[in-house]
Amino acid sequence: MTTPQTAHGGAYLQVRDLRVQFSTEDGVVRAVDGVSFSVDRGQTLGIVGESGSGKSVSSLAVLGLHDPKKSRISGEILVNGRNVVGLDDNELRKLRGRDVAMIFQDPLSSLHPYYTIGKQIVAAYRIHHPNASKSLARKHAIDMLGRVGIPQPAKRIDGYPHEFSGGMRQRAMIAMALVNDPDLLIADEPTTALDVTVQAQILDLIEDLQRDFNAAVILITHDLGVVSQIADDVLVMYAGRVAEYGSAEQVLRQAQHPYTWGLLASVPSLHGDADEDLKPIKGNPPSLINVPPGCAFHPRCRYAMLNGGPCDIEVPQLLPLLATHEPGHTVACHLPERQRKSIYEQDIAAVGVAI
Amino acid sequence: MTNLVVPQQAAAATRTRPPGEPLLKVEGLVKHFPVRSGLFGAKQHVRAVDGIDFTVDPGETLGVVGESGCGKTTTGRMLVRLLEPTSGKITFEGRDITHMNRSSLRPLRQDMQIIFQDPYSSLNPRHTVGRIVAMPLSVNGIEPAGGVKKRVQELLEIVGLNPEHYNRYPHEFSGGQRQRIGVARALALKPKMIVADEPVSALDVSIQAQVINLLRDLQREFNLAFVFIAHDLAVVRHFCERIAVMYLGKIVEVGSRQQIYEQPSHPYTKALLSAVPDVTKLGASLGRIRLEGDVPTPINPPSGCRFRTRCWKAQDLCAQVEPPLDPKPNGSIAACHFPEVGPLR
Amino acid sequence: MLRFILKRSLIAILTLWAISSVTFFVFFALPANPAETMCGKNCDVRTIAAIQKNLGMDKPLPKQYLDYHAGLFVGRDFERQGREAQHCPAPCLAYSFRTNEPVTSIIGRAWPVTASIVVGGAVIWLTVGISLGMFSALRRGTVFDKTAIAFSLVGASMPIYVFAILLLATFVFGLHLLPYPHFVGLLEDPVGWVKALILPWFALAFIFAAQYARLSRSQMLETLSEDYIRTARAIGLSKRTVHLKHAFRAAITPIVTIAGIDIGGALGGAVITETIFGLQGMGWYAVRAIPNLNFPVIMATVLVAAFFLVAANVIVDCLYAVIDPRVKLN
Ligand SMILES: Nc1ncnc2c1ncn2[C@@H]1O[C@H](COP(=O)(O)OP(=O)(O)OP(=O)(O)O)[C@@H](O)[C@H]1O
Ligand SMILES: Nc1ncnc2c1ncn2[C@@H]1O[C@H](COP(=O)(O)OP(=O)(O)O)[C@@H](O)[C@H]1O
Ligand code: SF4
Ligand code: SF4
Ligand SMILES: [Mg+2]
Ligand SMILES: [Mg+2]
Repeated sequence: MTTPQTAHGGAYLQVRDLRVQFSTEDGVVRAVDGVSFSVDRGQTLGIVGESGSGKSVSSLAVLGLHDPKKSRISGEILVNGRNVVGLDDNELRKLRGRDVAMIFQDPLSSLHPYYTIGKQIVAAYRIHHPNASKSLARKHAIDMLGRVGIPQPAKRIDGYPHEFSGGMRQRAMIAMALVNDPDLLIADEPTTALDVTVQAQILDLIEDLQRDFNAAVILITHDLGVVSQIADDVLVMYAGRVAEYGSAEQVLRQAQHPYTWGLLASVPSLHGDADEDLKPIKGNPPSLINVPPGCAFHPRCRYAMLNGGPCDIEVPQLLPLLATHEPGHTVACHLPERQRKSIYEQDIAAVGVAI
Repeated sequence: MTNLVVPQQAAAATRTRPPGEPLLKVEGLVKHFPVRSGLFGAKQHVRAVDGIDFTVDPGETLGVVGESGCGKTTTGRMLVRLLEPTSGKITFEGRDITHMNRSSLRPLRQDMQIIFQDPYSSLNPRHTVGRIVAMPLSVNGIEPAGGVKKRVQELLEIVGLNPEHYNRYPHEFSGGQRQRIGVARALALKPKMIVADEPVSALDVSIQAQVINLLRDLQREFNLAFVFIAHDLAVVRHFCERIAVMYLGKIVEVGSRQQIYEQPSHPYTKALLSAVPDVTKLGASLGRIRLEGDVPTPINPPSGCRFRTRCWKAQDLCAQVEPPLDPKPNGSIAACHFPEVGPLR
Repeated sequence: MLRFILKRSLIAILTLWAISSVTFFVFFALPANPAETMCGKNCDVRTIAAIQKNLGMDKPLPKQYLDYHAGLFVGRDFERQGREAQHCPAPCLAYSFRTNEPVTSIIGRAWPVTASIVVGGAVIWLTVGISLGMFSALRRGTVFDKTAIAFSLVGASMPIYVFAILLLATFVFGLHLLPYPHFVGLLEDPVGWVKALILPWFALAFIFAAQYARLSRSQMLETLSEDYIRTARAIGLSKRTVHLKHAFRAAITPIVTIAGIDIGGALGGAVITETIFGLQGMGWYAVRAIPNLNFPVIMATVLVAAFFLVAANVIVDCLYAVIDPRVKLN
């Protein structure tokens, strides 16, 4: 069992109390508001949450890709023990692609339309291997393309992104990310634009490669199914904050946060009674310019103020569970632990997917 | 082309049907898009939909699933005549509507409506919600009892929107709310059937569940027939009683929810189901059927069974003879020489 | 590629033919009679008829049409009253109604003027406009950016003649730094050439540069927000490389198209610039020919302008395919 909060003292990536704010014309967007997590080599962390919950902003912060003029970042991001928050661009550049690589949701728009796949992978390699010759870099790129399962890589390397199918493009993108043998791979919704059959191929590929490269992986997605399949730890985000964090087993099988329950009950499943209504979360996710006071989830929470609690006044802290012996499982909710447990058993475990 | 859904056959294959005409009957429907490819390219055809047959009864929900590019949207658009079929026949309430002209189509438009995938681009940003929802009424010159405004507000109420938002513009609404506006517009003419093309695919999970529940309630309340197009098998399972699985422009299997999801006959259906990641199975990618490669191009589909290039059961026969769609031991109607037998797990 | 160029050229030729036919019939079918205009005050029917015969206008319209177009390719003979028939070799654009000079030689004189104005102007407007736009996009929100935006607003809202007259008033009549523009050939007197053209260049470039600055700025901003730019940063490329190699190339593509069409259009005559600076280019002649009903000159200027526009279109399409691999030439 993994214990994200405690046992990862020396984890490869440690994020502590990360805050990212953007100033816009409409006001300050608190895109990430005090998020902490960690991942070690060989581990996969799944980050789930609806769109706009701050998943991509967190991951881009790890690479230092936010415009320093428009964003304010605080907290610590330790990559292999070194804090990268506030590092200058030249230092960050050495990190990007070599230590930390990233793949994105839409591989078509994420690859430059005017350059061949090969050229882009070669560029990614040579930027961190300036002494490598072009032909060596190209050989490396071909190897990598073959490794991610692109047939006839020596031929396909000269193709343009638009000539590849969606799945092949994502493979090429992965090849580009892995060409420098990074220690941390961040995959931001890597399969959202793909068909299920291709999604399965890509998830398998990420798992295989992670084993080969012994990299740490952060998999960002809104699909609980995807997370359950390859994540060791799961972080549930809501409105820029962490709602629940623990091992996949803990978060998906013994969920303790009303938002996680809401997600689990909303997901249609291939099992159970299809005629039963889904149990959606009411309302809409909040704007991050105007986050509701107290628990950001309270306007949509079925259990808010159940005990006349401080849900609309006080921000709940992310606390470890005490009653159960579940090390590393942390939840940010004012409900007493015992009550959450009984609600889960009565209301949630019975419906939808949570068995 | 065998006519797959002869009523008796279908009755055997799916739930018992009330006697009488189906609401919608599609026979040998084909849509080819001409394209030119390569430098000195000769004219070729994208065989987007290549001969499909199915029926929909009044009040019935038919799901259409399949991978991207298999022809789902093209089919849906032909049904509501946004696209002209290359050949085949569409019968709605006993009338052949395949090549009906605009004016004779008008009454049909009232009975058959479409909901689109993208809640952002399918509503005119410069029109108020009231005007958008009233559009089908005004276009068809219908003056509902009590006035247009009252009817529109009624419709907004039905889809769970505040009737007072009558004068607001689409950009003031979230994705889920916009999709509700689209639903209200589709309901304005009290249609008998709605073609819904990926109506919840662009929505977040929690919002998706809200819209699915809404559509289910409306379907029951107004006894609406649905052709529900989606790529998410779990969503379709929650909404549809009968499901058609498409691959490369053809229907490869049709059956009841129970037949498709518990004991599919076609290897492709089985593979699709097995690829769906399942929250209940932590870390389990074991035992999954891995389909290799991509869907072939619909310009030049494989001979015989179109699925053979990715099928793990393919044999010589599959390349030579196109398998007919007929009843299989598992109950559904499927096009496969070597169908699956027995339950899924 | 070859097939595409051939096909496009064929279409271009058909377009030109259609334009020339339409222009021909519009002008020659007009009720106004140039012979009357040329005849002056004390005019009788006989003189008019004689002039008409000279002009070849006594023939039926279809015959005139055929003669004109045949002249373009094989040349033609003009009957002259009292004199020998005059041979006009191909490409024959007939004779000016006013000066009796072959129109081809008018064009031969006028076009170098226009070309000199446009080419010089285009170099200035492209360099200034594009670099201004690109840099202000990269320095979005800074003083530089705001100044550039102000410049392009002024440029876009100021009519070209106002600016041209300002230039003339300042540099020629005010400071006496430059002579009033008088065109000399580049090969004859390079310094004189530049002296004559420098003000027209800036006048023409000012307006276009403003437009191009605005266009490049918005193109660049759009490109900078593309996902592939984020990818390029994520693999560790420096900002400079990302901007120069990845963003610039994509942002410039639509500008190439528009520049091609603009230059092609201007090569047919930079009317206002030529008129204000008194430079006798294509536009200058065209403007003069219209009130005089000098049909051969009107026809010729329209044809030349159409030719450059159509040619620019073909070239732009081919360039596009070279720049953007997604464009399939068919
Ligand atoms: N106008 C068109 N011209 C040429 N080909 C077309 C056209 N419209 C669709 N196609 C092709 O027809 C095939 C079927 O397209 P269709 O949009 O019906 O797929 P779909 O099943 O709805 O896919 P998705 O799940 O991606 O929405 C695809 O190969 C598509 O590229
Ligand atoms: N550059 C930016 N400027 C202003 N707001 C931003 C910026 N990037 C993201 N945001 C906002 O931050 C929030 C979180 O975004 P994001 O992390 O992309 O969400 P997701 O969880 O879907 O990945 C959203 O409300 C988004 O609009
Ligand atoms: S703190 Fe209150 S509002 Fe927030 S999740 Fe817990 S019960 Fe719901
Ligand atoms: S017919 Fe053959 S190739 Fe096609 S699905 Fe059946 S077994 Fe596979
Ligand atoms: Mg995101
Ligand atoms: Mg579609």
